Amino acid sequence: MSDYVQLSNLTKIYPTPKGPVAVVKDFNLNIKKGEFVTLIGHSGCGKSTVLSMLAGLNDITGGGIILAGKELTGAAPDRGVVFQSPCLLPWMTAFENVKLGVDQVFYTADKEEREQIVEYYLTVVGLGDSMHKKPAELSQGMRQRVGIARAFALSPKMLLLDEPFGMLDSLTRYELQQVLIELWRKDKKTALMVTHDVDEALFLSDRIVCMTDGPEAEVGDIIEVNFPRPRERKAVMEHPDYYPLRERLIEFLEIHAHKNKHKQAAAAQPPAPSATVTPPPPKPQLPLPVNAPAKESLLHSV
Amino acid sequence: MKPFKLDWLILPLIGALVVIGAWHLLAGKKVVVKDAEGNVTSEERVGAIAALPNVKETWESSKPYVMEPFAHRGELDQGILRFTWLSLILVAKGYFIALLIGTPLGFFLGLSKAFTKMTDPIIQVLRPVSPLAWLPLGMVLFLGAGKNASDLAALFTIAICAMWPTVLNTAVGVRAIPQDYLNVAKVLKLSRWKTLTKVMIPATLPYMFTGFRLSLGIAWLVIVAAEMLTGRPGVGGFLWQQYNALIYEQIILCILMIGLVGFVLDRLMSVVERRFKTA
Repeated sequence: MSDYVQLSNLTKIYPTPKGPVAVVKDFNLNIKKGEFVTLIGHSGCGKSTVLSMLAGLNDITGGGIILAGKELTGAAPDRGVVFQSPCLLPWMTAFENVKLGVDQVFYTADKEEREQIVEYYLTVVGLGDSMHKKPAELSQGMRQRVGIARAFALSPKMLLLDEPFGMLDSLTRYELQQVLIELWRKDKKTALMVTHDVDEALFLSDRIVCMTDGPEAEVGDIIEVNFPRPRERKAVMEHPDYYPLRERLIEFLEIHAHKNKHKQAAAAQPPAPSATVTPPPPKPQLPLPVNAPAKESLLHSV
Repeated sequence: MKPFKLDWLILPLIGALVVIGAWHLLAGKKVVVKDAEGNVTSEERVGAIAALPNVKETWESSKPYVMEPFAHRGELDQGILRFTWLSLILVAKGYFIALLIGTPLGFFLGLSKAFTKMTDPIIQVLRPVSPLAWLPLGMVLFLGAGKNASDLAALFTIAICAMWPTVLNTAVGVRAIPQDYLNVAKVLKLSRWKTLTKVMIPATLPYMFTGFRLSLGIAWLVIVAAEMLTGRPGVGGFLWQQYNALIYEQIILCILMIGLVGFVLDRLMSVVERRFKTA
């Protein structure tokens, strides 16, 4: 089967006062239909740039993207985007926010059908009781639920998730990962997510694409994640492959942090104190409360 | 000072009494001059500011206008509320024109940098021009309108003076629309019209209403100048006429009325404004 999404030699060059800088250069990635792929890398490595080019929010400098046999030009609702901040319009209720997109995509359907779609997705993400509230009355987690409902309700060819849980506390993040994975399983959407959370990537993805640090970011390593689906957090964390994969990911991220450090140290003469110049060490963002028992159980099984 | 019961009422009352007291002390009063036999020869005014009518004189002279606020005794002799009503209608018309022109103009300014660069110097030069300067130009512009010339000139003056806060605030509001909201519109591929009505206008409304409130304040401020120079019936025209007729008491009545109405208008607008303050 040919690939559903093809990113070929994707390049993004920004003009800067010091001359053009290639944030992303010759980035190649193919995604199969129904696959969940995660891009992982350090902040500023260009992973969000790749995603926003896919979303059509950022112009492509070179190369191209093919989605379902068609080259992409600009933004369109055939890609459901979940932004890092939920991006809800504050003067509309949750219902109206989702309906804005649904009206746009299903303009041939009658009003009742469209409202049913909105209600269905808001109920599935757990907002059945508060769908007529304004975003200001909802918690951050609930707002992101609306964001997820909005993306899925468009019935898009593809889902794009830009650090969708980055602004949430760890408990809410786990809840929403569960919501997302269940919806994804039902709708069988092809998805590309950007994150820097190693555990999030392992729990959700079929494949993790590690990006080298920008500028000129490209694919560094690709990790296949074969935990059985449907996934359940505890089972995933207790899977014998979980910690080896996790180690591999963290190691990759650390190597790239160090590589960057060497580059900078070489550039600065005499070498500047590492504490001030080097980028912060990779943060796997391990929320302790949930992780600790998992480690324990691993020890027990050994 | 510690807050106490009814302080919201008592403290403003004390303030008002102090000001009225000071006015009364400064104002002049009538003194009768008599000759040796006790016959009244003349009357004269004495006091720090002899010509300034005192509280009692102001009240007595204003009584017919206040007690019969809707009386119509002649074109420039009407009850004070009737005058106010006439002024309000004129202001409303001019204000409406200001919003009608100012809001879209502000929107274009917010959307287009080139348009901003093109018109900004003109706006900055025209903005500080006083209504007293605009009115004669208005008269010239509407010279052909004959009998209506002064009305149109007054409307022109109100509209052009009151427009700027709406223009500038709307422009700022459009520039301040969060990129997030525009991205939503882009990703959903909303039509231009839908982007405007569903995203851009609602996002700009709080700024627009701040502009509307400030514009209304200015429109009301301009009315006096416009009516004075055109001689239209209204609080401003009445004020000027009474000054020319040397009836100073009613100048104070008019000032109080203008101030009160301005205050009420501002309060009404801030209630509306608050309703549009979205999160």
